[in-house]
Amino acid sequence: MFVRWSAAIAAAILLSSPMLLQGARAADKLTDPQIAHIAYTAGVIDINAAKQAQKKAKNKDVKAFAEDMLRDHEAVNKQALALVKKLNVTPEDNDTSKTLSKQASDKLAEFDKLDGAAFDKAYVANEVAYHKAVNGALETQLIPSAGNAELKSLLQTGLKIFQGHQQHAEHVAAELK
Amino acid sequence: MNPGRLGSIGLAIAFLSLAVPAHAATIEITMENLVISPAEVSAKVGDTIEWINKDVFAHTATAKNGDFDVTLPPKKSATSVLKKAGTVEYYCRYHPNMKATLKIEP
Repeated sequence: MFVRWSAAIAAAILLSSPMLLQGARAADKLTDPQIAHIAYTAGVIDINAAKQAQKKAKNKDVKAFAEDMLRDHEAVNKQALALVKKLNVTPEDNDTSKTLSKQASDKLAEFDKLDGAAFDKAYVANEVAYHKAVNGALETQLIPSAGNAELKSLLQTGLKIFQGHQQHAEHVAAELK
Repeated sequence: MNPGRLGSIGLAIAFLSLAVPAHAATIEITMENLVISPAEVSAKVGDTIEWINKDVFAHTATAKNGDFDVTLPPKKSATSVLKKAGTVEYYCRYHPNMKATLKIEP
């Protein structure tokens, strides 16, 4: 009974805590070079997911959503690159970025096996969860930890645009049901 | 030149000046940081709207009633001339949280 409970609690924690936080919690306060790396990595992940969706998605709303993700995340990352160059900061790899990248490549492999409506559903559901996790991390960790004002402001713009993405993904997910 | 002809020229001039109001204005509407401002604008038929996108994101100004659909690449502007009166609600197709209203008087 006790074992069962703790397993259930562990599962609940695993499901409810955004993955970004797990990696970051282990580390001390994030530095700007680490924050920049995490934000950029998070963007690349969604760009890669969108590219996969462009190849595999069938539903036109899902295709259009993937196109929006590609356009916006590429724009944010372009801006992020310009900013780190301007600030002369070298983004620094860290545990959170590594965890994110690992989870993302697992998802890409998993979704690669799916086709048609099954792919569409899985991709959109993951986009909802992913944007939720990223937005949670931006709000509670990345933005408060950012030291440089311009980096903070870029993250705030990112949060605003990704909140829109989350709503959009939720809307598409509801339509697919 | 007979009076009838003069009259019709006069009419034509009057008509022209009606069709092309002398004081057509240009109104700027800016999209910056995912916000459209001003959120509400009053204009007249014949006025030009200059849409200015200051964001690094592509935006659109899309009328809900289908009257216009302007695409604005990042950091670009575009103009459109208002042709029809009415209160038009519009939004960005890519970022539907961006919403605003255009009140177009005849």
